[in-house]
Amino acid sequence: MNFDFSDEQKQMRDAARKFLAEKCPPKAVREVLDGKAPYDKALWKGLAEMGFLGVAIPEEFGGAGAGHLELCVIAEEMGRANAPVPFSSTVYLAAEALLLAGSGAQKQKWLPKIASGEAIGTLALFEGKGNPSPKAIKLQASGGTLNGVKKPVPDGAIADFAVVAARTGSTGRDSDISLFLVDLKAGGVETKSLTNVDPTRGQAELTFKNAKAEPLGAAGDGWSILTQVLDRAAVLLAFEQVGGSDRALEMGRDYALDRIAFGRPIGSFQAVKHILADMYVSATLARSNCYYGAWALSTNASELPEAAAAARISATQAFQHCSKNNIQVHGGMGFTWEFDCHMYYRRANATALTLGSLSYWEDQLIDRMRKKNAA
Amino acid sequence: MNFDDTPQEAAFRAEARAWIQANAPKQYEEELRKSSLGRTVLKGANILEVAKAWQKKKADAGWACLHWPKEYGGRGASPIERVIWQQEEGPFGKLSGMFIIGHGMCGPTMMAFAGEEQKRKYLPPLASGEKVWCQLFSEPAGGSDVAGLRTRAEKKGDDWIINGQKIWTSGAHYSDYGILLTRTDPTVPKHKGLTMFFLDMKSPGVEVRPIKQASGQSDFNEVYFTDVVIPDSQRLGAVNDGWNVSLTTLMNERMSIGAGVSTGFPELFDFCNSLMLEEGPAIEDRSVRSRLANYAVKASGLRYTSMRAISALSKGERPGPENSIGKLVAGSMVQEVAMYALDLQGAAGVLSGPEDAEVAGKFQAMLLRAPGTRVEGGTDEIMRNIIAERVLGLPGDIRVDKDVPFNQIPTKGR
Ligand SMILES: Cc1cc2nc3c(=O)[nH]c(=O)nc-3n(C[C@H](O)[C@H](O)[C@H](O)COP(=O)(O)OP(=O)(O)OC[C@H]3O[C@@H](n4cnc5c(N)ncnc54)[C@H](O)[C@@H]3O)c2cc1C
Repeated sequence: MNFDFSDEQKQMRDAARKFLAEKCPPKAVREVLDGKAPYDKALWKGLAEMGFLGVAIPEEFGGAGAGHLELCVIAEEMGRANAPVPFSSTVYLAAEALLLAGSGAQKQKWLPKIASGEAIGTLALFEGKGNPSPKAIKLQASGGTLNGVKKPVPDGAIADFAVVAARTGSTGRDSDISLFLVDLKAGGVETKSLTNVDPTRGQAELTFKNAKAEPLGAAGDGWSILTQVLDRAAVLLAFEQVGGSDRALEMGRDYALDRIAFGRPIGSFQAVKHILADMYVSATLARSNCYYGAWALSTNASELPEAAAAARISATQAFQHCSKNNIQVHGGMGFTWEFDCHMYYRRANATALTLGSLSYWEDQLIDRMRKKNAA
Repeated sequence: MNFDDTPQEAAFRAEARAWIQANAPKQYEEELRKSSLGRTVLKGANILEVAKAWQKKKADAGWACLHWPKEYGGRGASPIERVIWQQEEGPFGKLSGMFIIGHGMCGPTMMAFAGEEQKRKYLPPLASGEKVWCQLFSEPAGGSDVAGLRTRAEKKGDDWIINGQKIWTSGAHYSDYGILLTRTDPTVPKHKGLTMFFLDMKSPGVEVRPIKQASGQSDFNEVYFTDVVIPDSQRLGAVNDGWNVSLTTLMNERMSIGAGVSTGFPELFDFCNSLMLEEGPAIEDRSVRSRLANYAVKASGLRYTSMRAISALSKGERPGPENSIGKLVAGSMVQEVAMYALDLQGAAGVLSGPEDAEVAGKFQAMLLRAPGTRVEGGTDEIMRNIIAERVLGLPGDIRVDKDVPFNQIPTKGR
C-alpha cells in the first residue's frame, strides 16, 4: 500500500502551482469576473503549451499520455488558482466522453485539438432545473439532427463542440438516451450566454434547430456512458474543490495572523482559531476522499462509482464550508468586492451544482453503497 | 498510489490470517462483532480473562505489540503490517480495549525514559497482557490543564513520598502498574515543577475507588495516594522535567493512529438497511439517505486520512499533530449517529433493555458512552486548539499563569 502521489506527480503539482501563480493571479481572474473577457485566452494557451490540457490524453491523440493521477494533480491547482478557463468542461467532460466512447476518427479529430488548446468542448446535458436523469432529457434526435434546448451548458457560449445527450427512444428505459457529437460552429445551434453566480465560469443556453450531429458511442448507450463520464468528472472536479478549499483556508489563516483587534491578532481568539481548525478538518477529510477517488479513477477500479460520489460530496461540502468561513474570518473586508473571498465563495457554490447537486450525489452514494453491500 | 499489498505484505497478511483463524476465540466472534463502542459484554464469560488470554496467546506467537522491538515483547513490524494485522484481527481487536493505555502510552514512555534493565523487566509482560498499566495524569484540578495537577512527590533519601489524588484513571481497578505525573516543586511556574514516575499499583498507600460514570458503568476511578513510597530508580526523566516526559506520552497517543477510531457509521448503515419505517425501509427515505451520505463521507474521509498518515509513517515521517482530527471528528460523530439511530426508532428509541431495544440496545449504549469519548484524551476544544496552533500556526492562547509560581495561581473561578 502507498496512499500518496509519487514524487514525480508532486513535482508536476509544484510546476503547475508555480505556473498558475504567475499566469493566473487574482487580477487575471477579475478580468473575466468583471466581464472583460469570456475566459482567459492567454492562460488557456499557456496551459496547452505546458501540456496540461492533454495530460491524460494518450500520445497517439496528441496528449502527454501521463494519466489520471497527473490530471488530478493539475485539477487541484486549477481549483486553487480559481482559473477562469473552460478546463473542466473541455478536459473532464468532453475529452473523457471521447476517450470512453469515441470512434477512432472522432478521437483523432477532437482530442489533438483539445490537447493543443485549439478546441473547447463541453457536455450539454441539463434542460432546466433538476439533476441528471434520463427522464429529464427531452431534446430529440432523429435522422442525424438534433432539436431542443439545453441549459445550463458550462462554457456553452465559447465551446467549439459539444457532447449532447438526446432522446432516441420512448420505452421509458435508460436505453432511450444516446449521445451525439455536435460541431457548434457548423450552424444549426444558437448560443446565448446566461448570467450565473460565478461569472468566471460561463454558462449558456444552446438551442438546437435541425443541428447536424454524429452519434458518440452506440445508440442507446448514452445513459451508461454519461454515468461513467459524470463519475470521472466528479473525481476531477472534486480535486478542484479541494484546491479551492485549501486556498480559502490559507487566505483565512493569513488574514487572522495579520488583522489586529482588541490589541491582538484575531487569530489568537479561540472562536476564530476553532473556525479555522474546522475548515482544516473539512478540507482534510475531502482531500483523503479525493485520494481514494483518484486511485479508483486511475485504475478503473470497480469501486469508482462509490469513490467518485464520496469524493464529490466531501469536496463540495469542504469548499462551501471553507469559502463561507473565509469570508467570516475576514469580517467586513471579506464582504467587499475588492477582496478575493467572494470569488472562491462563488466558485464553491457554482461548482457544487455543475455536475448534479449535493443532494443528488448523496442519493447516488447511498444507492451505490447499497448495491455493493447486496452484492 | 495503490492499495495492493506488496509481496511481503501479502505474505504477512496470509500468515496473520492463518494464525488468527487457528487461534482466535471464535466462540465470542459474533458477540464481539455486534458489541458497541465502550461496552463489550460477553455472555457467561469474564471479558478481562478472555482479553488477557487472547493477548497472551498473541504474545507467545509473536503477534503482540507488533511495532515494538522484539526484545521488549514486540515484533518490530512496519506501520503497514500493523494495519494489516488490525484488518485481519477484525472484531477480536475489540478485546484489546483494556490494553490501549498501557500499549499506546505507558509502554512507549517507558521505552523512551526507563533504564535498559527496567525495560526488559517491565515491557514484555505489558505486551503480553499479563500486566496491565494505567495512566495517572488527570486530577480534579488538572484535566485539560494537566500541568495544574497537585499530587506532591517529596524526596526522602533514595525514595519519593507521594501524597494526593488522581481522577478518571481508566482501568486503575485492574491495573498492576501506572505512570504517574506529580508536582515536585510548587514554587516555580507550573510546567517547570513536575516529575514523572512509574509505580506498582499494589504499593501500600495506593487506594483505588471506582467511579460510577454517566453511562452507568465504572471503567474509571479515583486513585488516592497516602505516603506512597516510590524508589528514585522508578523516576522517568529528570527531576522537574516531567512535562517533557508527559509530552512524549501524549505524542504517542497519536501514534495509535491506524487503530482506526470508531465513527458508528457501519453500524448505522446496517441499521438503516434493515429498519422498516411506515413508508418502507429506512434506507429508501430521502432524508435518511442524505444523513447517511454525510456520515459516510466523514467515515471514509477519516479512514483514508489515517491511510495517508500510515503511508507517511512508512516513509519515515513522524506522526504530527494533524492526526488530532481522528478523535475530534469521530467523537462527535458517534454521538450524532447514536442520537439519529434513536430518532429513527421514534418513541421506542427510549427503550434500552436488550430485548426491547432494536439491535440489542447498541445505539443506546453508544449514546451514553459518547460524551466521554469527546472528553477523554483531550476535549474537542483542546483538539481544535492543537490543530489551530500546531498545524495552522496560529498564536497560542494567552496564558495568564505562565510565569507565575504554581503556589500563587488562583484555584477558584469565583
Ligand atoms: C472516559 C474517560 C476516561 C479517562 N481516562 C483517563 C485516564 O486513564 N488517565 C487520565 O489521566 N485521565 C483520564 N481521563 C481524564 C481526561 O483526560 C480529562 O477529563 C480531560 O482531559 C478533560 O479534563 P477535565 O475533565 O478536567 O475538564 P476541564 O479541563 O475542566 O474542561 C471543562 C471544559 O472546559 C473546556 N476547556 C478547558 N480548557 C480549555 C481551553 N484551554 N480552551 C478551551 N476550552 C477549554 C473543555 O474543553 C471542557 O469543555 C479520562 C476521562 C474520561 C471522560
